[in-house]
Amino acid sequence: MSMNITEKILARHAGEEHVKPGDLIQVKVDLALANDITAPLAIKVFEELGRNEVFDREKIALVPDHFVPNKDIPSAQQVKLVREFANRYSIKNFFELGEVGIEHVLLPEKGMIAPGDLIIGADSHTCTYGALGAFSTGVGSTDLGVIMATGETWLRVPETIKIVFNGELNRWVSGKDLILYVLKCLGVEGGIYKALEFSGDTIKELSMADRFTMANMAVEVGAKNGIFEPDDKVTEYMKDRGARDGVYLYSDPDAHYEKIVNINTGDIYPQIACPHSPDNVADVNEIGEIKLDQVFIGSCTNGRLEDLRIASQVIKGKRIAKGLRLIVIPSTPWIYKKALEEGIITTLLDAGAVIGPPCCGPCLGGHMGILAEGETALSTTNRNFKGRMGHPESKVYLSNPAVAAASAVAGKIISPEEL
Amino acid sequence: MKIEGKAWKFGNHIDTDLIIPARFLNTSDKNELAKGCFADLRPDFFAHAQEGDIIIAGTNFGCGSSREHAPVAIKACGISLVIAKGFARIFYRNAFNIGLPLLECQEAVDDIEEGDRLRIDLISGEIINQSKGTRYSATPIPEFMMNIIKAGGLVNYIKSKSMKGGVHH
Repeated sequence: MSMNITEKILARHAGEEHVKPGDLIQVKVDLALANDITAPLAIKVFEELGRNEVFDREKIALVPDHFVPNKDIPSAQQVKLVREFANRYSIKNFFELGEVGIEHVLLPEKGMIAPGDLIIGADSHTCTYGALGAFSTGVGSTDLGVIMATGETWLRVPETIKIVFNGELNRWVSGKDLILYVLKCLGVEGGIYKALEFSGDTIKELSMADRFTMANMAVEVGAKNGIFEPDDKVTEYMKDRGARDGVYLYSDPDAHYEKIVNINTGDIYPQIACPHSPDNVADVNEIGEIKLDQVFIGSCTNGRLEDLRIASQVIKGKRIAKGLRLIVIPSTPWIYKKALEEGIITTLLDAGAVIGPPCCGPCLGGHMGILAEGETALSTTNRNFKGRMGHPESKVYLSNPAVAAASAVAGKIISPEEL
Repeated sequence: MKIEGKAWKFGNHIDTDLIIPARFLNTSDKNELAKGCFADLRPDFFAHAQEGDIIIAGTNFGCGSSREHAPVAIKACGISLVIAKGFARIFYRNAFNIGLPLLECQEAVDDIEEGDRLRIDLISGEIINQSKGTRYSATPIPEFMMNIIKAGGLVNYIKSKSMKGGVHH
């Protein structure tokens, strides 16, 4: 029987010939990850289970990235607990400051994800790895604690929505705009419990960075995973990263989809998600004058080298608006170093930006750029829920990095074309 | 399993940042997490929620982050059950895993008002609104999930079955 790529990966990991939507299956996990917020609870669960060993010390990644460098004493205690656990069980992939980056950017960069893998993470944006043709999804700490002990978990095979992009990309349009447009079409409930499979001619032209951004935000429509069929760009990305070859799986031509959504990319201009929901999306030219107090470029959605590169191209030789704060956080140390070598960091500093150390930063209102009452920010992140980046009476708009950079210069939300 | 309590009513798309803002996530102590529960949305919640109370909410309850701190904080406030029109995927798993039952019932959510006294049979899915004298029927909780609730969460469920290799079907 025919299957799509999500079903094929799940079937392989369940040891089944065939699976179909609705099946409850027990799967083997290739990589389990948690961060400084979710790992402590998962460790507690692991310890309550009374196991002496983790299922595989090489298949667990512990990445303290949310509140690092430790922002206060309780955060320092949390990371200490994770560090001690990693030492006790000889967990190979525990990353300290200096080598730590945002989990969903760091792990693919380290070659730890291969096509066809099944990855479970105690973080909702674990779905990012679908860009490499892997199945990955977020769970909570209890599920992750059990996986650290057993290497297995149960999943319900999701129905799949196929999203087909055809056409040329308009100027300044990136993967971020495509996924924001999908949010506009489907809404934040449009993909609950489902898989999103991105395909079409336009996808072939997209960089890996664009694809990571799109898979990352699949969870914003409620989806279990977002996925792309692996191609030459995946092979190219994997090269020199010491990754396993992986298993390249493709959807059968007659695979079943619950729904197919066709999108003509010629209709898509730079998109803005307005407060307080990532599906409250409009074209940048439709939203009127929105004055800004802060712009943030970074996160697991848009803190990659390509993102910093385009921001620096837009901003080169200009100064940010007086009274506006521009915070830029390269997602990993490798990206930071490359951005230094390419002169990107100098360009951004000259424009008036502050550069933060690799971490999640202000995305979730934890630290490094929290908003005050009544303030408005434009952010390249993935969520703009009420109070997400600080005070409950602050506002967050979401965009791609080029729009964010141009808007930092203008002091209000604009298209780079207007700069 | 029978549950009785007073209703706290919420709207659609209550995300996990609203359930517990990120600034409260620097601990995993459930009593500390309880203090952050709906801290910005309903600052009176922690002080006034009573043992057994029930949350009534619209669609997509618990959307957003995977933070298990959200159902943990709700449960630690004494909440015995959440009835919603629908739940986000990760929240649904997390709630059952920590022993917080969830029911889906559109009719009940539309009709129940803040402060109504409710009596629920988790096994049959029957909801009785004692304040209004009305009844609604929710989709019953699947047997496998109900066993997790009876055990008090996934950890106890696994321990009680002392199963090798996790949960089987």
